[in-house]
Amino acid sequence: MNRREALSSVALLMGGTLIGMDALLQGCTSSPMKQVIFSADDIGFLDEIGDTIIPATDTPGAKAVKIGEFIASMVKDCYDDKQQEIFMDGMETFKKLCKERTGKPFIENTQAQRFEFLKTLDAEQKARSKNSPHYFRMMKELTLFGYFTSEIGATQALRYIETPGHYDGCLPYKKGDKAWAT
Amino acid sequence: MAEQMYDAIVVGSGISGGWAAKELTEKGLKVLLLERGKDVKHGIDYKTATKNPWEFPHRGKRTQQLIKDHPVLKRDYVLNEANLDWWAHEDDCPYKEEKPFDWFRGYQVGGRSLLWGRQSYRWSDFDFEANAKEGVGIDWPIRYKDIAPWYDYAETFAGISGSKEGLAQLPDGQFLPPMELNCVEKDVAARIRTHYKDARRMIIGRTANITVPHNGRTNCQYRNKCALGCPFGGYFSTQAATLPYALKTGNLTLRPFSIVRRLLYDKDQKKATGVEVLDAETNKTYEYKAKIIFVNASSFNSTWILMNSATDIWPDGLGSTSGELGHNAMDHHFRAGASGTVEGYDDKYYYGRRANGFYVVRFRNLFGDKREYKRGFGYQGSASRSGWGREIAELGVGADLKNALAEPGGWSIGMTGFGETLPYHENRIYLNKEQKDKWGLPTLVMDCEIKDNEKKMRVDMANDAAEMLEASGVKNVQASDDGYTFGQGIHEMGTARMGNDPKTSVLNKNNQLWDAKNVFITDGSCMASASCVNPSLTYMALTARACDFAVSELKKGNL
Repeated sequence: MNRREALSSVALLMGGTLIGMDALLQGCTSSPMKQVIFSADDIGFLDEIGDTIIPATDTPGAKAVKIGEFIASMVKDCYDDKQQEIFMDGMETFKKLCKERTGKPFIENTQAQRFEFLKTLDAEQKARSKNSPHYFRMMKELTLFGYFTSEIGATQALRYIETPGHYDGCLPYKKGDKAWAT
Repeated sequence: MAEQMYDAIVVGSGISGGWAAKELTEKGLKVLLLERGKDVKHGIDYKTATKNPWEFPHRGKRTQQLIKDHPVLKRDYVLNEANLDWWAHEDDCPYKEEKPFDWFRGYQVGGRSLLWGRQSYRWSDFDFEANAKEGVGIDWPIRYKDIAPWYDYAETFAGISGSKEGLAQLPDGQFLPPMELNCVEKDVAARIRTHYKDARRMIIGRTANITVPHNGRTNCQYRNKCALGCPFGGYFSTQAATLPYALKTGNLTLRPFSIVRRLLYDKDQKKATGVEVLDAETNKTYEYKAKIIFVNASSFNSTWILMNSATDIWPDGLGSTSGELGHNAMDHHFRAGASGTVEGYDDKYYYGRRANGFYVVRFRNLFGDKREYKRGFGYQGSASRSGWGREIAELGVGADLKNALAEPGGWSIGMTGFGETLPYHENRIYLNKEQKDKWGLPTLVMDCEIKDNEKKMRVDMANDAAEMLEASGVKNVQASDDGYTFGQGIHEMGTARMGNDPKTSVLNKNNQLWDAKNVFITDGSCMASASCVNPSLTYMALTARACDFAVSELKKGNL
């Protein structure tokens, strides 16, 4: 990213929120890094959450890009202590809430129930101020980021050309045409 | 201690050093090109250039480990996992911040020519005359007419794409075909031109990305991955452009891992005789001798070398007799501007990743405009459609969200001003003998700040941008000043300025050191003022000009 692109990100942030980036661009914490651990179950659980946020349609969903592994690596490597804590606690809160509200663990719910549950969580995170990040915002950010920058996301859900070869600054666009991945 | 003799030594292989090596070797001199960092071979060593976004473990984002390990680099975009090898590590090469200073350095063959923003603009006489007219700093010893043919020469070789605009404050050059503004930029540009009755102009950026094949290089492929190195040679870098031409002469010896500790000085001849090199890998010391020396180690590092040279004669170093060595440090202050959203172009899109944006030419304090501050600023920016990262209020999760995000969102446009910083004597760098780098060498202290003139200008930089966007129909316009740290512009200039008088300057009108006439400095250190345009093209032109002068003097027996 060069300075001009950095600026267009700022521009985006003003129109809407650039999901996925704000938590990741924050400065460092000086405290030593703790090692957070994700179990195989956690990864599977995150796969299912991701796949509800971005389900398979005519293109593969988030599970197909191993979103659980990706989320885990981003939380482990890129989140600071505080963000890690919010995320890890959030996974537990998520499980508890899901049981309270649906009577069952997330994974035992039907697709429709999962969708409804995440919809309410998303409404809650949207209502929350940006200064106190909601764990579901993190889950959603990382899912969108991980999916749309993956090979499947970039080349199937979106359009990606490694070497465009030329530039055309004014092309007709019709509804339904895919966005460029980068 | 080994000793070898060359006709010329060039210290540093970045933009200006690469040019010096090319010019001097092409004029028949045997040249030793010294680079403090590792070699980076064109194409071969661009390790991430052909990677797809998904091949980066964190998709280019910084990890906490990176942040922890890079307390300086983390301050800006420069810290990322894609090209970190090319930014000097602050642990190896520390510096002290008397006042906050971001110093982003490229210590490898090619230097920051691999990493630069490539925007390439000529200075005009408004720039060269400003110091004298306003009584700021000292007068430039040259005018536009002195450098114009060398701009022609530099552009013709480097390959600068751009549009001819006929503007006195931003002279046209020898351009390759311009890149294209996109639909929104084109319309905004037209509205600005009408609204301000031609007094303000938004044009396509003039960039050192070639738009047609040029000197054996493939034209820009619109990948927008320049900072990873371009396997096509689509933009000007030492590797793509100057180095191959220097090597082709058979006159060049390139020595990486060569930290020049000092210039060797002969007080009887009043000339430098060579350089003392510390091998960065073996810590062994070598001496190399030459008839002329070009110091192109980057603004502050060239000055650092002078400060460490001939200290037995001048305690403050070679070139310090004027008392100006290390003083008058400059940068461009930026990150004040505006942005907004654009309606009515939902049926328009673009193809390709243009590694360039628009440029708004300076309009303040020119042609009768008079502000409460001196000099002016230009803007860089672009318009684009948002992508999957946008928030869609009414969609939470699921297939509808996915489908919506797979399509482009609305258009937005933004620009940031790049403002001129005045040369203040008290903005200085000096040697720090207490703090040593990895090689036991003294380091630098940065003592620089922007003052009232720049702060007043920043208010205009934000407000003028907002006003122009509003005047051209942009909605939700927000003016902003996102803050600026000295050095953040990565346009360090000054500390060994050119001038007419050895009492007030370090270099003469030919970039020749007053105190050692066979030493030339043609990187950013030589600047007596900063203009508001990106500086690298001017270094190229000054370097080619000084090389021409140096060789002609050498032939005349004057050096």
